Amino acid sequence: MVNILFIEHDGSEYPVEVATGASVMQAAVSNGVPGIDADCGGSCSCATCHVYIKEEWLAKVGEVNPTEEAMLSLSTDRKENSRLSCQIQVTEELDGLVVTTPEFQF
Amino acid sequence: MSEAVSGQPQKKSKWSLVGKDPYAMPIEQIDLSHPGIWQANEYLPFMERLRKEEPVHYCPESAVGPYWSVMKYADIMQVDTSPQIYSSEPTIGIVDTFQEYSLPAFISMDPPKHDEQRRVVQGVVAPANLKNLEGLIRQRVCTILEGLPVGEEFDWVERVSIELTTQMLATLFDFPFEDRSKLTYWSDAATAIPGGGVVSDHQERWQAIQDCLAYFTRLWNERVGQEPGNDLISMLAHGEATRNMPQEEYLGNVLLLIVGGNDTTRNSISGGVLALNENPAEYDKLRADHSLIRNMVSEIIRWQTPLAYMRRTALMDTELGGKHIKKGDKVVMWYASGNRDEDSIERANEFLIDRLNARQHLSFGFGLHRCMGNRLAEMQLTIVWEEIMKRFHKIEVVGEPERVYSSFVKGYTKLPVVLHGLK
Repeated sequence: MVNILFIEHDGSEYPVEVATGASVMQAAVSNGVPGIDADCGGSCSCATCHVYIKEEWLAKVGEVNPTEEAMLSLSTDRKENSRLSCQIQVTEELDGLVVTTPEFQF
Repeated sequence: MSEAVSGQPQKKSKWSLVGKDPYAMPIEQIDLSHPGIWQANEYLPFMERLRKEEPVHYCPESAVGPYWSVMKYADIMQVDTSPQIYSSEPTIGIVDTFQEYSLPAFISMDPPKHDEQRRVVQGVVAPANLKNLEGLIRQRVCTILEGLPVGEEFDWVERVSIELTTQMLATLFDFPFEDRSKLTYWSDAATAIPGGGVVSDHQERWQAIQDCLAYFTRLWNERVGQEPGNDLISMLAHGEATRNMPQEEYLGNVLLLIVGGNDTTRNSISGGVLALNENPAEYDKLRADHSLIRNMVSEIIRWQTPLAYMRRTALMDTELGGKHIKKGDKVVMWYASGNRDEDSIERANEFLIDRLNARQHLSFGFGLHRCMGNRLAEMQLTIVWEEIMKRFHKIEVVGEPERVYSSFVKGYTKLPVVLHGLK
């Protein structure tokens, strides 16, 4: 099992424990973490599972893929560490991952 | 929103399928583009047959020429998320537009131009900005609802749905309130087919658009000289990324915002009332638990699907669902069908206000062209239903609804109701 800490924009923390193989979006949704809508169900086509990755984890979660880049580039709250959480696979390597959710999904 | 098949019915067309048995005709003759079956509310069994028997369907002959219909949720998703194959240019309506009568708007552009233009204006309908408008919108919703007669028949479309969306648009633009009916007219004219009731010819339609543009140019010039406000025009006029945008872009995109935000929300307000009347057990659930409103709003938007389709044009030969689509072919994604697809949505043909994953519907589209105003629409509908439930036990539909003559704008021209106060 892998531990992920979700932090809401107001600072509320939601630690979850998930099996590998799922996406970070699924880890949030299946554990009732608020702040992630995932309207398209995980196909990288709505940008409502937008999260910010804590600096030190950026390299480990991998590169933004081209479809994801296209969707993220239309986000009003895009930052350097923005990712769509449906595009990050949970692996053993990500044990301890910290992500923050934006105030709004849009 | 480009030019769509809308307006008033004229004489019975040879293309109309009204009154016909969807299962008793050769499948290639099924033509969803004709407005007849949409106005007559007979479109569902035609869509159902295509979903079952030919989910990617070619209609070789219709009033608007040959076109493909994409009926299943997953196939629609594939088309919507493949802009490199399926272009939004030259138009997203089933009828090809006349170039000289259209303005540039990013809904009918491909990347990178689409992305650049959308990025400029989308901040105005982003949730952070909508927060500033919530109080005023709620106040205006309350005023309209409090002015309605209880126990006496009236038309919900005219008194509530049109009035509310027009006022909300006026609020968003801080548009002179006494002139607000102009917004409704410009919006209706922009999507009307000439000769269909709203405008008599292309010139009249173009004149309406020109009047709209002149008005909005004046507003821009006024707002530039004032302190920055919370309205869309002021935000555009003062925003760093937008204050130097070319006039044509400002106007094209303002028009898109007017049209996009008008009859879609209008028809979802009416559609929710109708759906709750047709599903009394759901109305009971709502009365017992107002916290369902947020979820119900997504279900209403799925159930109504206020825009029945979006059209794309194939940029290359390609394959979809085992069919060969040729470069240049029109490809129509029937959101109204994908939203009823049992293979992707559990109990898709039932209206369930507490449905799990209610947000996973096609009504906003997916991919780069996903509805920009989706959060605004959801906010408006949520406020409307919160305030309705504080005041009325039931909005009772007391007569047959009348529907829009269009295969694109899926909505109502009349919905007779009687209000029952809280007991």
